[in-house]
This record gives sequence, C-alpha cells and structure tokens, in this order.
Amino acid sequence: MQYIPNILFIIALAAGVGYFTFNIRKIIRNIKLGHQVDASDNTSERWGNVVRIALGQSKMVVRPIPGLLHIIVYVGFIIINIEVLEIIIDGIFGTHRVLSTVLPIGLYNFLIASFEILALLVLVGVILFWTRRNIQKLKRFWANEMKGWPKNDANYILYFEMVLMILFLTMNAADQQLQTLGATHYVEAGSYPVSKFIVPFFSNFSETTLIAIERGAWWLHILGILVFLNYLYFSKHLHIILAFPNVYFGKVVPKGKFKNLDSVTKEVKMMMDPNVDPFAAPAEGANQAPAKFGASDVMDLSRFQLLNAYTCTECGRCTSECPANITGKKLSPRKIMMDTRDRLEEIGKNIDKNGEFKPDGKQLLDDYITREELWACTTCNACVEACPVSIDPLSIIMDMRQYLVMEQSAAPTELNVSMTNIENNGAPWPYNQMDRLNWKDEN
Amino acid sequence: MAEYMAQGKKPEVLFWVGCAGSFDDRAKKITKAFVKLLNKANIDFAVLGTEESCTGDPAKRAGNEFLFQMQAMANIEVLNGYEIKKIVTACPHCFNTIKNEYPGLGGNYEIMHHTQFLKSLMEEGRLKVEGGKFKGKRITFHDPCYLGRANGEYEAPRELLQKLEVELVEMKRCKSRGLCCGAGGAQMFKEPEPGKKDINVERTEEALETAPKIIAAACPFCNTMMTDGVKAKSAEDSVQVLDVAEMIANAEDL
Repeated sequence: MQYIPNILFIIALAAGVGYFTFNIRKIIRNIKLGHQVDASDNTSERWGNVVRIALGQSKMVVRPIPGLLHIIVYVGFIIINIEVLEIIIDGIFGTHRVLSTVLPIGLYNFLIASFEILALLVLVGVILFWTRRNIQKLKRFWANEMKGWPKNDANYILYFEMVLMILFLTMNAADQQLQTLGATHYVEAGSYPVSKFIVPFFSNFSETTLIAIERGAWWLHILGILVFLNYLYFSKHLHIILAFPNVYFGKVVPKGKFKNLDSVTKEVKMMMDPNVDPFAAPAEGANQAPAKFGASDVMDLSRFQLLNAYTCTECGRCTSECPANITGKKLSPRKIMMDTRDRLEEIGKNIDKNGEFKPDGKQLLDDYITREELWACTTCNACVEACPVSIDPLSIIMDMRQYLVMEQSAAPTELNVSMTNIENNGAPWPYNQMDRLNWKDEN
Repeated sequence: MAEYMAQGKKPEVLFWVGCAGSFDDRAKKITKAFVKLLNKANIDFAVLGTEESCTGDPAKRAGNEFLFQMQAMANIEVLNGYEIKKIVTACPHCFNTIKNEYPGLGGNYEIMHHTQFLKSLMEEGRLKVEGGKFKGKRITFHDPCYLGRANGEYEAPRELLQKLEVELVEMKRCKSRGLCCGAGGAQMFKEPEPGKKDINVERTEEALETAPKIIAAACPFCNTMMTDGVKAKSAEDSVQVLDVAEMIANAEDL
C-alpha cells in the first residue's frame, strides 16, 4: 500500500511525457509536409546565433522593459527546473528532498533560496505581463488577429505560471513548519527567504493539516507542470522549445538576399543558350511534373517556414514595426504566421482522420491569407528584424506573391504594366531604352 | 563602356546608373551630382549607357521570378562580356540585387553603394570634403531599407554627413528599426492598399518632428517618397529632400 503514491506518480509522469511526445511527433510530421531546406552551411554562425539570440535573448532587449521581464521569467523557468528534477526523483522513489542528502547542505540551501527568489521574481514578472496585456492594453496585444483564442491563450499561460509559482512557495512554507515541528520524513534542509513570510499563516495548523497542504501543493505543482507541458502543443507557448531550432535554421545571409528559383534558372538558361535544341527529347527522369512556382498552400512552403509558424508566440513585435500595418493596411506579419500554423494544423487533423491528406477544397491563399494582405508588403524586412526568434514572415509573403504572379498571372494591374515595361524597354517606366544616357548631356 | 572596350582600356569602376537615375528627372540630378564627385576625385569610370537594363529587383519583389532572372542573366552577360570587376551604384535596390542575387546566377562583382564608395574615397584621401554650406545645419537621415536592414550598412552615409559637419538628428525609428518610405517591394509602381494613411506621409511626419532643414536620403525611390511626403505636409518651402551625394556636391558648389 505504501507504494501507491509512487505508482500514481509514475503513471502521471508517463502519461504526461507520453502524450507530449505523441504531439511533438505530430508537429514533426506536419513540418515535414514542407520541402526540405539545406542548413548545412555556416554551422558556427548558426550555433553563435543560438547562443546569442535564443539563449542570450539579444533581440528581446531591443525593447528593454518587456525584454528584461522576459529574461527574468525565462531564467526563472530554466533554473526552477532543477527543482522539478528533485520532485521527479522524490516522486518515483518516495524520498523527500533527495538532493539535500546528495549535495552539500550549503549548496542545497543556496539552490532552494535562489529558486524561491526566482519564483517571486517570475510571479512579479508574470503579473506585470498580465497588466501590460489586460490593463495597459498595449496595442500589439489587441490587434484584430488577437481576438478569441489567441487572447485567452496568452492569459491562460500567465495564470498557469502564477498558480505554479504560488504552489511552489506554499509547498515550501508548509515544509518549513513541518520541519520546525519535527515531523518524520521532513528533513531539515533548505533556506527559504521568500516562503518564510507565508509560514506565520500556518503556525496554528496541526501536523496532519500541514502534511495535507504540503502534499497537496506538491502534487498540484507537479501535475500542473505536466498539464502545462501538454498545453504547449495547443498553444502559442511552443516557442520555449522551438525557439532554439528555429534560430539555428534562421537566415544567415543578408536580409536583402531572396532565394533564386533553380527551376526558373534552368528555363532561362535554356532560352538564352543558342545551342540548345528546342526539339530535343527530355532527358531520362526529367519527365516529372514541373515544380509549382511559389506557394498557395502550406505544402508549398519550406520546413523552416512551417517551423516558423509553430515557433511564433504571437508577441506582435513584427506587426508593430510593419509600415503597412502601422498605416492601417490589412497586412500583419504576425497574422501570416498564425494563419500558416492554423492551416497546417487543419491539414494535420485531416491526415489524422483520413490516414493521408484528402483535398478539402481549401488552401492557405484566399481561405486564410488574402491577396490584399500580400500586396501591401514593402519587403522592408522590419518584421524579420523585429522577431526575437528569427522568424521570416516576409519569405512566406514572397512565395505567395510568386504563386500569384507566375501561376495565376494575378498581379495588380499597375504592376503588370511596369513588368511589361521591364520586358519591353528594360525599365519599370515606359521610357525609351535609347534615352538611357540622356542625363549625360542635360543640365 | 563600349568605347572603353574599343580602346582596349578598362575603367577603375563601372557606375551602374539604374532606371531611376537614368530616366527620373529628380533622380537624374543625383546621378549628375555623383558624376561630378567622381570627376572631382579623378575616378576613371564608365557607364553601360544603353546597354544597361533594369536589374530585375521590382520584378522579383513583385513575384515575377522569371522576368527577374531574364533581366539578371542578360545584365550578367553584358557585365561579364566587359569583364567588369567593380561596380558602384546610387540605388540601394540595384546594389542589393547585384550584391546578393547575381552571384547565384553567375555574376560576381565587387559592388558598393555610392555612400560606401564616397566614404572609401575620402578615407584614401582622393576626395576631400570639409564643412561647406551645410555646416551646422540640422539634418536628419532616412535609412533606405535595402542599404540598412537588408545589408547592414548604416554608417557610411552618416559618416559622410559628419564630414559635412552637419548637426545630425536621428528620427525615433532609425537604423535597424528605421521605417520604410513605402516604395520597396515594387510598391513604387502601384497604388497602396486601402488604409488610414500613406506610408511616406507617416515617415515624413516622423522626419519633420526632428525639425530638419534637410531630409537626407540615399536612395532615389526614398527620395521621391519623402519629397512627395514633404509636399503632402506643405513643408516644401522649409524642408528639402536631398541625396547624400547631392549634398556633398552642393556643399562646394560643384
């Protein structure tokens, strides 16, 4: 009978980790719907980016206040995880504060004290985040695409973190009082600079009540963490994991460099080669359907672009720097990312249900992202620069423009005119090519 | 360039004029100012003249990869035919395209934006500029997206302005966070989507907040957008929009 808590714990842990793994595999499967990207170049620069941008949060602090708050919550989150390790060992083996028996007591006390201080800081940080969102109502959190689920999602995450921190401190406070009472199993260990202020509230409680509070908080805390872990998949909060690979795969060439389509290069070279035989039979193996130009749905995007979509945490820094969005156009780079993820999830569910993707008469273009949004972009790279985790919304916009122009000939009329001009007279305006040097003789 | 080739000579640098610099009346003034500076510094340069064609930037950014690569390869044929090694241009869009997108298609050149080139001339002592008529004047600089964010060059134009001993005042959104003028991505050639304001007006308002005598630009398209913005705010009597090269040339009444 005495092993029932251990068994229950192992079951909860296995279920939590198992379901999370199940969903992560689904994400990987969905991302693999995109075409492969080659990121074997610039390995050292890529790792440097991971260290600087992802671990070091270098782009977060471009905006100092949210940047600093985010660093507090982030550092707190990572370091408090050492405590979770102890909780897991205790849970499996039925020990109590096992690290205090392994580590020198001074170090253990130091660790617990720093967890407590960080927990308090995280609590304060999260409350301030909540205030910025709900009281101060910062504009970027109240844009059109943030209605409904995205808005609630953001708040749920904050509530989760608040509750977890309060449970952690409550558990420690009850533990201290039990240590003072000399309850069996409660070894004297730890230093509690924050939760000691909660202890007075527990001073009249009996040992049984205290054990109930301590155990209750302990169980809720770890179950809460497992639930939160599994909440990630359904939430924008996946960035805590995906930010790292996303930054690794991020663009390492100048932002102004857009990729050249190889399929087009082949065609153009053939056109310009006077020795090419126009009636030649296609080479062996070359008779597969020509690649589609650009993107109309998520399968036409790259795996990096799809990873971008899962990584986006909807902070809206991109949108708040976007010249089109600032001046009231429909385009919002954040919405491009959210739409891409929503469509990818829809296709994922379709595959879950049918075993393979069954055409559903929908696509990313028009059903999610409108042409008006795509044509409002100035390709200025402000969104790419603003993203703290190296997401590239511009590349999706460009791929979709390519589809519109090259597959559908659906450019805005004025652009068709200027492209015709480029074709006919080598400039976007209808000037005579022979007048190109006229400036030389003008005053 | 054809004349150089005929004489069996090679210029030190090819000046890529660009469509705006060749045809647009406002941008032609920038071209002429830059040429004055090249002549003053005794630079042996050539232009392609009627053999130059659009780099393909607006086509590519509009999504027409096919037209872009047609333009690019035709230009590369011409450039490689003349064995061009070094190019300078006054247009950040041409600069970006030749620098980043031509190498993959067989066009490898050392390319500089004209602000970078002028800066290097000053460092080598081939061009001297000190003060002049803009000394002490309040001036703000608008970063072109395709020079700044796209290629990380924020300092060259600013260093040139420092040489003119102007009082450089930065806008709130500058350098890596500079706001686009609204012309990029082929927007120059179409009407904007419906919204509450034009981007160039938003940017001009920000520039005017710094109470400048001159808004300095380094891109012919930004120049047009900001000039239109200044007109829209009826500020054309008190504020000028000038290219950095024009300012240097004007400083000494070249």
